[in-house]
Amino acid sequence: MFENLTDKLSQAFSKITSRGVLNEKDIDDAMREIRIALLEADVSLPVVKSFISDVKTEALGEKVVKSVKPGQMVVKIVHDELIKLLGSETTELNFNAPAPVCMLLVGLQGSGKTTTAAKIAKRLKKNKRILLASLDVYRPAAQEQLAQLAKQIDVDVLPIVAGQRPLEITKRALQEAKNGVYDLLILDTAGRLQIDETLMNEVAEVKKIAEPTETLLVTDALIGQEACNVAKEFNEKVGITGLVLTRMDGTSRAGAALSMKMISGAPIKFLGIGEKLDEIEEFHADRIAGRILGQGDVVSLVEKAIENVDRAEAEKMAGKMLSGSFDLNDMLNQMRQMQKIGSMGSILGMIPGLSKFKSQIEESGVCDNLMKKQEAIILSMTKEERLHPDIIKASRKRRIALGSGVEVHDVNVLLKSYEQMATMMKKMGKFGSLSAMSKMLKNSPFGAMMTNGINKRFPF
Amino acid sequence: MSFWEKLGLGLKKTSNAITGGISDIFTKKKLDSATLEELEELLISADFGVATATEIMQKFAAQKQDKEISDEEIRTLLAAEIEQRLAPCEQSFAIDSAHKPYVILMVGVNGAGKTTTIGKLAAKLQQQGKKVSFIAGDTFRAAAVEQLKVWAERLNIRVFAGPDGCDSAGLCYDGLNAAVKNGDDVVFIDTAGRLQNKSGLMDELKKIVRVIQKVIPDAPHKVLLTLDATTGQNAVSQVQIFREIVGVNGLIVTKLDGTSKGGILVAIAAESKLPIYYIGVGEKIEDLDVFSARDYSRQLLNLPK
Repeated sequence: MFENLTDKLSQAFSKITSRGVLNEKDIDDAMREIRIALLEADVSLPVVKSFISDVKTEALGEKVVKSVKPGQMVVKIVHDELIKLLGSETTELNFNAPAPVCMLLVGLQGSGKTTTAAKIAKRLKKNKRILLASLDVYRPAAQEQLAQLAKQIDVDVLPIVAGQRPLEITKRALQEAKNGVYDLLILDTAGRLQIDETLMNEVAEVKKIAEPTETLLVTDALIGQEACNVAKEFNEKVGITGLVLTRMDGTSRAGAALSMKMISGAPIKFLGIGEKLDEIEEFHADRIAGRILGQGDVVSLVEKAIENVDRAEAEKMAGKMLSGSFDLNDMLNQMRQMQKIGSMGSILGMIPGLSKFKSQIEESGVCDNLMKKQEAIILSMTKEERLHPDIIKASRKRRIALGSGVEVHDVNVLLKSYEQMATMMKKMGKFGSLSAMSKMLKNSPFGAMMTNGINKRFPF
Repeated sequence: MSFWEKLGLGLKKTSNAITGGISDIFTKKKLDSATLEELEELLISADFGVATATEIMQKFAAQKQDKEISDEEIRTLLAAEIEQRLAPCEQSFAIDSAHKPYVILMVGVNGAGKTTTIGKLAAKLQQQGKKVSFIAGDTFRAAAVEQLKVWAERLNIRVFAGPDGCDSAGLCYDGLNAAVKNGDDVVFIDTAGRLQNKSGLMDELKKIVRVIQKVIPDAPHKVLLTLDATTGQNAVSQVQIFREIVGVNGLIVTKLDGTSKGGILVAIAAESKLPIYYIGVGEKIEDLDVFSARDYSRQLLNLPK
């Protein structure tokens, strides 16, 4: 989600990290590049300026000049400043009020408020009785949209009464939330421009009546320099307690993430990362800063793995690998487990040192389509072939290729990577595991395969 | 209120940001490198993009470096430069009646305003006496079909829809056949919003085009990309990729009201010369109007018409 920025920053860093001594001009040059990188990533100009001046002041200080690796110190300063920019406060939602607690979602048209309402409800419904209500009487079928989403996630929604105004709906929703003994009422509002006074006053009124503990500004991560005004005006006119950035999966820049926290002073609470209703993640400034600098985000990766991977299956697999009896059935299993964690790109971005290679690796074929293709190839094999890949020779390859709609060449590629993995497995068995990271990789032959090639340059 | 005034109102913040900034910078009246750099930053903060902003500034530098120059002159020069860049994109939107039905495919990322734009465009074409119909191809997003149906009801237009979650391409096939049978002049196909970096979803769009061509081989006659004007530099990649994959041949820029930036249009024009048929400066039907490079650039810099 930050690839573009990551690339540009690492270019700027590569020029200074190799140097033994840094003078003011070196730092100036690096700062200029960082400035352009941030601007190209749609970070708001005022934010860029203050960021650069902060980093520069720090970088010209004694710490850098006297350190053994001044370049590394600059990288660390940028990292720390990024975290400052992204916010260090807790991102936990505040429900500190007598039930029913109210949450209000506001934002521009088309920023993804309704979808976000449903995503948050889905996430919280395990522990809370939730009522959803849409106050959007302007966009055609907006209330209907929330009702349909609520049904999909099995959460209650306030019945639609045609012709009611937003304020009336708010009152009705509050009453209903009380009567129905709900813990949380989520109010979805109509999209509005920050300069539209009538509508801004309306939402301020709604807020007065509903007294939400959380007022979240939902913003499209693709937004440009306007982010600055949106955050500022919504905060001044409505008062916001947090930010949700949607469509983080659609951008390689996501400058908005860097600007909006600073301008509004409100922390980022959630990131929308896909169209499915569970594709929302909590925001962690330190981890995101790591991803921006191409240092990966192992913590999130491991969390994701724990959430999605079948433990028993993984342990069985680990045993098999260690014993060296890894066949194509296991490879198929592994692929399916990996797919549960997320797309190849999203996984790669989180592994330290690998985010840089994301594009190369994708080009070389280890991408999601290839996963599907490989799955198809294995599924076109007989049981015997999957257990004993050695027996697959020319004529079997032709049959498998036909069966899975690929070329013989593709079958060869698959068998080759299987062989590499099997060899890798045996090696891994000898090393044993040291950290959570290596455990992760051990449990996934793709991770092993990928790290294998670049291990020499990026030991971890 | 005329459209000129509305455009002015919508772009007011941009103009203020740019012209206010220019006045600040040019109190000294001399174009030195520090001034140029500040000017460049102003363009960048109007979403012009680093490349475009740098290019414009280099041009300025070559012509006017260290010369005395007034605030008005700078604005006029900038406006002329922007107009020149946008001029190729100014083309009128015409329905070729040789094609019946004239098939218009609407594409774009989520929340750009495709469905709303279809509603507004259909109203315009209806006023020109065209028989218009809709195909509700967004079968993914909850209540997308209902949203289009509300527009259809308002305008008294036939809408072809299937059940939620049905195959969009299949629906387009049936919908187009119905439109042919019904003798419609223009048929709009609404599609689900999709991010341009999701190759699976983009393939689905390709499939829709292939299926459309099974019914009408030279269709779609227009593939319109709806762009949200508040989008930053990502808009450039939206244009590139949608164009590459489904042959987008026209743009509609929505939500230009309230945005203080608008400069993204210049960044897009630098990359592609696709026509910008309409810009949206408000929520009402008449707030969607034709794009004029001159009006746009003059308004942007707060110059008289």
